[in-house]
Amino acid sequence: MGRTRTVGLPGWLYVPALVGAVFVLLPLVAIITKVDWANFGTLITSESSKDALLLSLRTSAATTVLCVLLGVPMALVLARTTFPGQNVLRSLVLLPLVLPPVVGGLALLYTFGRKGLLGHALEVMDIRIAFSTMAVVLAQTFVALPFLVVSLEGALRTAGQRYEVVAAGLGAGPTTVFRRVTLPLVLPGLLAGMVLSFARALGEFGATITFAGSLQGVTRTLPLEIYLQREVDPDAAVALALLLVVVAVVVIALARPDRREP
Amino acid sequence: MAFPPPMRWDEAMNLRTRVISALVVLSTSAALTGCGSSDDDKTSAPKSETLTVYAAASLTGVFTDLGKKFEADHPGVKVTFSFGGSSDLVTQIQQGAPADVFASADTKNMDKLTADGLQGDAPENFASNTLEIVTPPDNPAKIDSLDDLAKKGVALVICAPEVPCGSAAQKVEEGAKLTFKPVSEEQSVKDVLAKVTSGEADAGLVYVTDVKAAGDAVNGVTFPEAASAVNTYPIATLKDSKHAALAKAFVELVLGTVGQEALAGAGFAKP
Repeated sequence: MGRTRTVGLPGWLYVPALVGAVFVLLPLVAIITKVDWANFGTLITSESSKDALLLSLRTSAATTVLCVLLGVPMALVLARTTFPGQNVLRSLVLLPLVLPPVVGGLALLYTFGRKGLLGHALEVMDIRIAFSTMAVVLAQTFVALPFLVVSLEGALRTAGQRYEVVAAGLGAGPTTVFRRVTLPLVLPGLLAGMVLSFARALGEFGATITFAGSLQGVTRTLPLEIYLQREVDPDAAVALALLLVVVAVVVIALARPDRREP
Repeated sequence: MAFPPPMRWDEAMNLRTRVISALVVLSTSAALTGCGSSDDDKTSAPKSETLTVYAAASLTGVFTDLGKKFEADHPGVKVTFSFGGSSDLVTQIQQGAPADVFASADTKNMDKLTADGLQGDAPENFASNTLEIVTPPDNPAKIDSLDDLAKKGVALVICAPEVPCGSAAQKVEEGAKLTFKPVSEEQSVKDVLAKVTSGEADAGLVYVTDVKAAGDAVNGVTFPEAASAVNTYPIATLKDSKHAALAKAFVELVLGTVGQEALAGAGFAKP
C-alpha cells in the first residue's frame, strides 16, 4: 500500500468528531475527579481488591487463549470456504455481540448447569462447572469470541488468497501455507482480535454474575467486586473502576503492534 | 518472492468496526421499533398529578397493587414506582431524583436520608421481614434445619455481607455458632433465589416474602434462629416533594388496614 498522499478532511467533520471524543472522555474525567487519592493505595490493595484483580487477569488471559484456539479455525472456515448456510452461521456466531450478557449467562446456565442440556453428562463425569472459575472463563469466552472471529475474518478477506495459491502451487501443503503465508499476513488482525477479546473479557459482568456467581478469589472478578463495593463503599468502587481502566489501557498499549510499515 | 506488507493495525480495526457498526445499527433499530408505544400518554383525567414512589425491590408486588388502589381512590392521580436496591434508591434521591415517597428495606438506608435532611415527615416502620431457607422443590440435599446448611457438600448460596440480606445471614450464622461455606455470595436476594430456582444451588437464604412469591418453584424451610435477624421497613415522605398531601395519603394507605393486609398477604410481618 505504500505512502499515499493524504487528502484533507472536510472541515465540518471535526465538530462531530470532537463532540464524540468529549462524550467518551468526559465520563472518564468525571470518574477521575471522584477518586479519593489520599486513600487510593489502600483501597486498591485490600485483600478483596487484589483477589479480584488477579482473578480478572487470570480468567481474561485464559479466555484469550481459548478464543485463539477456537476463533482462529472458525474465522478461517468462514473466510476461506463456502458451504450452504454459511451466512446464517456467520450471523449466529456473532449473536453474543448483540445478546444482553445476562441472557448469555442464562443460556450458559441452560447448557452447562446442573439441569442444563449437558448437565447430566457433566454430572456423570463428576464435573461441576457452576460456581467455579471455569464458569467465569466460559462466560467471558462466550461474549469475547465473536470479537476475535470478526476481526480475523475481516483481515483474512482483505489479505486475499493470491499468495496462498502461489505457495500451494510451489508445492507447500495446507499446513505449511497456513503457518508460513496466511498467519504472518493476518498477524496484525489476529493481534487486534486478541486485544479486543481480552478487553471484553476484562469488562465482562452480566454473563458472569448470572452463570458463575460471586465468591472472592473464585468467581468474583473486578467488575463484580466494583458492583458489590458500590453498595457499601463508593470510594472503593471508583478506585477499582480506575484500576480496571488503567489495566485495559496498558494491555491495549502493549499489544498494539508497531505502526511502521515494512 | 515479495510479500505485500501485512495488514496494518488500523485497517484491521476498520474492517471490524464496519461489521460491528452494522450489527449495532441493526440491533438498535430493532430495539427502537420494539418500544414504540407506551401507556404513559393515556392519562384519563384532564388535570392529572403524578405521585412518584421509590421503594425497595422486595415491595414490588404489594406496592404495585397498592398503587392501583390509590389511583382508584384518587381520580386523576397516577402513581409511578421506581423499585430497586434501597441503597441505589437513596443515592438517586441524594442526587436529586424527583421522589415523593421512599420506602426502604432497612432502617440503615432511611437513616442516610435523615442525615442529609431530605425526608419530610419522620419515617414510620410499616413491615418486617425475616430470613427463610430456600431449596429446589425436590430438596436434593435434604435440608431441614439451619445446621444442615453448614454440612459438607451442600451447595449453599447466600447474599454477600455487604448487602442487607447478607448481613442478616451473617447475624443468623453467628448467632447459631455455625460456619457456612457458601459456593457464592450474591449481590441481591433475587440473585440467590435465581440460583436455587435454576437448580444450581442446593440451598439459599432469602426472605420469607421471596419464598412466598416464588410459589411452587421452590421449597421453603423456616428455622427458629431467623428471629435473631429481623429487617424493619420504614417509609417516609420526602421534603422536596411537590405533592406533599398525596405523598402523605400514600403513606397512610400503606400504614392503614388495606396496606397492612396486602403486606401480610405477601408474607411480611408486622414491624
